Amino acid sequence: MKLLLPVITLGLLALTGCSDKGSPAGAGPGSQAASKAPEATTIKIGEFGSMTGSEATFGQSTHNGILLALEEVNAAGGVNGKKVELKSYDDQGKSQEAGTVVTRLITEDKVVAILGEVASSLSLAGGRVAQQYGIPMISPSSTNPQVTAIGDMIFRVCFIDPYQGYVVAKFARENLKFSKVAVLYDQGQAYSKGLKDDFIKAFTEMGGTVTVEQSYTGGDQDFSAQLTTIKGTSPEAVFLPGYYTEAGNISLQAKKLGLIATMLGGDGWDSSKLAEIAGDAIEGAYYSNHYAAEDTRPEVQEFVKKYQAKYGSVPDGLAALGYDAARLLFDAMRRAPSLAGKDLAAAIASTKDFPAVTGVISIDAERNATKPAVVLQMKGGKPVYAATVEPRK
Amino acid sequence: MAKLLQTLFDGVAVGSLYALIALGYTMVYGILQFINFAHSDIFMTGAWIAFVIAKAAGWAGGDTPIWASLVTLLGSMIFCGLLGFVIERLAYRPLRGAPRLNVLITAIGVSLFLENTGQLEVLFGTQPQRMPTLLSSEPLFRIGGVGLPLVDVVVVLVAVGLMLLLQWLVFSTRLGRAMRAVSFSIPVASLMGVNVDRVVSFTFVVGSALAAAAGFLYAMKYPGLNQPAHSTWILLGLKCFVAAVVGGIGNVRGAMLGGLLIGCVEMFGAAYLSTSLRDVYVFSILILVLLFKPTGLLGKATVEKV
Repeated sequence: MKLLLPVITLGLLALTGCSDKGSPAGAGPGSQAASKAPEATTIKIGEFGSMTGSEATFGQSTHNGILLALEEVNAAGGVNGKKVELKSYDDQGKSQEAGTVVTRLITEDKVVAILGEVASSLSLAGGRVAQQYGIPMISPSSTNPQVTAIGDMIFRVCFIDPYQGYVVAKFARENLKFSKVAVLYDQGQAYSKGLKDDFIKAFTEMGGTVTVEQSYTGGDQDFSAQLTTIKGTSPEAVFLPGYYTEAGNISLQAKKLGLIATMLGGDGWDSSKLAEIAGDAIEGAYYSNHYAAEDTRPEVQEFVKKYQAKYGSVPDGLAALGYDAARLLFDAMRRAPSLAGKDLAAAIASTKDFPAVTGVISIDAERNATKPAVVLQMKGGKPVYAATVEPRK
Repeated sequence: MAKLLQTLFDGVAVGSLYALIALGYTMVYGILQFINFAHSDIFMTGAWIAFVIAKAAGWAGGDTPIWASLVTLLGSMIFCGLLGFVIERLAYRPLRGAPRLNVLITAIGVSLFLENTGQLEVLFGTQPQRMPTLLSSEPLFRIGGVGLPLVDVVVVLVAVGLMLLLQWLVFSTRLGRAMRAVSFSIPVASLMGVNVDRVVSFTFVVGSALAAAAGFLYAMKYPGLNQPAHSTWILLGLKCFVAAVVGGIGNVRGAMLGGLLIGCVEMFGAAYLSTSLRDVYVFSILILVLLFKPTGLLGKATVEKV
């Protein structure tokens, strides 16, 4: 059996394939400081995200959001008179790659702060490196509680899963009046497992029953065994706390199998690819998210207008969070006494009532953001606002 | 009861796909004694070419004529047959006399080349895509409360049809006899006037076309296509390779049996034991077979020729 050798070789070779999507945002004309490179006229920040792979729209949307914020801040003269420069790397949605590119951002590109990732497993991998080097990192949209528990350098601008699980459970129990829900989650993703646990806890506390728990592994294509088991318990809804590619495939196969239940999900569904893959199989499904593009708050409407002008599409929640994360970082940079790791982290930690697109952000003692969540429903292939759920007191 | 039937149907449908792919591994091994690790990428290419053809033709929805599926299937098979020919000609033939390890490493190189080239935006891109529906997934008829969709029926019928065709090709034609002769001994076959290069090329073309057919059927059954470099494809390739080994590598009938066995074991294990261990069942079968019948279920013990 020469099976092991190729598998190892494949893994090693996969590690070396890394694409550079850096975007030099105008280094400025100042060349007088050429001898003292670190005292340059720009501030370097880093970004890592899934630009390719099954979660590619996550990375791309976030990147678009960050770029928009970057353009705005540089057009307004930069931060404390210095232009901000962004260095972005693709981690291909792989944990080992996330660790590698964050190390590269810190040791080679010498960034002062890092923005990333969307998927919690990848934020965990990258966050450990950032914490080790003492470089502040803001995750735009990783909702697993473990992410900011890494250490005092890791922050986020989104709500966390115990809250998201509660939102979906509350909506399913009180608005939709469901009492029997089955769960199908991705056993390889910290996000999916965490959200599943939090949903089950909240839903059973509200008097609902979880008929059965089934799992899959990211990249699986066949869910017929799990769905057959789920169908046998005849639930009113199936909760799919995974990402959009699998959620789409699962909905398609559930329909084919004749499983009639409402699909429920979390912010991992937030991609235009969901409806593209699942087609009419996803109609009527609900998922919790960070913001709704139809929100009438001026921050939201202004952001949607600017984003549409630049990219020609309606921003999803991840684009909004990327934009918020970058703007919150710039705000902290202005307030920080210096851009050294400790000072910058302290400035981010002291953020209070920051008016962001996805809600007013205050960073709490656990370096998380407390914000309301919205529930969206898939109608005609597009997510439509259904309800807002306020944070638990 | 419904669960048992449903699981059986799923197992047979998935198993016939595995068998189709396993045939490619087993044919190449039978003739050249090397494992073509680029085979799973030919399968991937087959699925994506089917997507490109169906998309370009604008076919979608339930009212697509049946010939649309046929055109897509044949287009994909022809393309991948040619691709298999080119790969053999450019990558493997120059290494015919080289140590087997060199060819194996080259196969991995070809595999990575196909995966990463497939990711180019001008080809298939880096994002998952939805395969247009060519075959209805509405139940065709019901047995014991379980609906059988047209897709699954077509998957099994096409797979079995192609396997019978291959069986006929290998055991009842002149070319098949030449293939068997080459697999027995390359020098002796060439002394007897068999054109070895042509037979090897032909083997690659047939194996790749079968992989492309499996790719098309796979895309029909699982319309959410993962991006070309996704680990899904590698894992599927490995499972089919396991099917070939379990059945007895180098043995055409063994590959069919192995594919069906692996498919059913995976589905029943997932449905009745635990879904989180579904890949474990597949690879446990491999270990068991290697322990108790190292040549595979239908393989014959051979004495290493000196």
